[in-house]
Amino acid sequence: MATDPVTPQAPAGPGARREWPLWEVFVRSRSGLDHRHCGSVHAPDARLALQLARDVYTRRQEGVSLWVVRADDIVASDPDAKPELFDPAADKIYRHPTFYVLPPEVDHM
Amino acid sequence: MDAVTTTPALDAASLLRLGDNALILGQRLSELCGHGPVLEEDIATTNIALDLIGQARLLLALAGQREGRGRDEDALAFLRDAADFRNVTLVELPNGDFAQVMLRVFLMSSFQVLAWEALSGSNDADVAGIAVRSVKEARYHAEHSGEWVIRLGDGTDASRARMLAALDALWPYTAELFVDDAVDAAAAAAGTGVVWASLQPTWRQRVEPVLAEATLPVPAATPFRSRGRFGVHSEHLGHLLAGMQQLHRAHPGATW
Repeated sequence: MATDPVTPQAPAGPGARREWPLWEVFVRSRSGLDHRHCGSVHAPDARLALQLARDVYTRRQEGVSLWVVRADDIVASDPDAKPELFDPAADKIYRHPTFYVLPPEVDHM
Repeated sequence: MDAVTTTPALDAASLLRLGDNALILGQRLSELCGHGPVLEEDIATTNIALDLIGQARLLLALAGQREGRGRDEDALAFLRDAADFRNVTLVELPNGDFAQVMLRVFLMSSFQVLAWEALSGSNDADVAGIAVRSVKEARYHAEHSGEWVIRLGDGTDASRARMLAALDALWPYTAELFVDDAVDAAAAAAGTGVVWASLQPTWRQRVEPVLAEATLPVPAATPFRSRGRFGVHSEHLGHLLAGMQQLHRAHPGATW
C-alpha cells in the first residue's frame, strides 16, 4: 500500500496526547510583497491560529498581513524523491535565459 | 499673578487610577511569563502584560508631572504602599487558573476599550494621545481573551466548570468599574474625564454576547462593591507589591 509521505499520523491509542494541530504561518512584511513562510504555531482552530501567529511572529513589526494554513493540508514532495525530481535540472543550463541578446529597448525590464 | 489661559488637564488622582489599573493587571499577567499552557499562549499573554505596562508608564509619568511633587513613573510604581494605589480590586486578585486569567482580561479590557474610546475625546491632549494609542491594544486584548472565554465556556465539562467558577469569582468585582466619586465627576465636568457609570450599558452590550456565545449565564447583580479605586484594597495587593517593588527598594535606582 502506498502511504502518503507528507501527512503526519496522529498518535493513536488511549495514552496518546491530543496536541493542538500545527498551522504554518505566512507573513507579508510590507504591502506589495509576497507572503513568506516564517514558521508555525500550534492552535486549536483557525481564529486562534491567526491570533497566536500575530503574537508570536509579528510582535516586532514584522508584518502587515498574515496567512495561516493547517500543516496537514499542505501536500509536500517526498524528500526521498529528490534525485528524480530535482537533480536532472542541474545540467540543463540551456533552460536559463542567458543565451539571448536582448535588444536595448528592453534592457531595463 | 497674571491670568493665563489654562489648558485642560486631567488631575493626578484620575491619572493614577488609570495608570494603576494598567500597572497592576500588567504585573499579574507578567507573573505568568514562562508559565503559559502552551508556548504560543505564553507569548500572547506576555505581550498583553507588556502592552499594559507600557500604558502604565505613560499614565504614571503624566500623573507624576501633574502632581508636581517630583515623583516620576518609577517612584509612583515602586515607592508607594498598597493604600496609596488606586487600581480597581478586580485587577489585583490572584491569577487563579487559566479560565480566571482570560476572563479577567476579557472583562477588564472590554471596559478599557470603552474607557480609551471615551478618553480619545478628552480635552486633555496628553490623555487623548495615550487613549488613541491604547484603544488599539485594548481591542486586541478583548478579542483574544474573548476567544478563550467562548472556547472554555462552550468547551468540555471541565473547561466549562472552570469558566463558571471564574465568572462567579470575578463578576462581583466588575461593579466597581462603574462607580464615580467627586474626583471623577469633576474630571468629567471639565471635559477631561469620563462618567464611568455611563459606560456600563455599553460594557454589558460588549460582554453579554460573548458570554452568550460561550453558553455562560450573565450573573445577577449583587450589592457588593469593592473599593480599590478609593484605596481600600484586598489583602492580595500587598503581596503583589512585595514582589513587584522588592528589587527597586533593595537597590534604589538600579538599572540594566
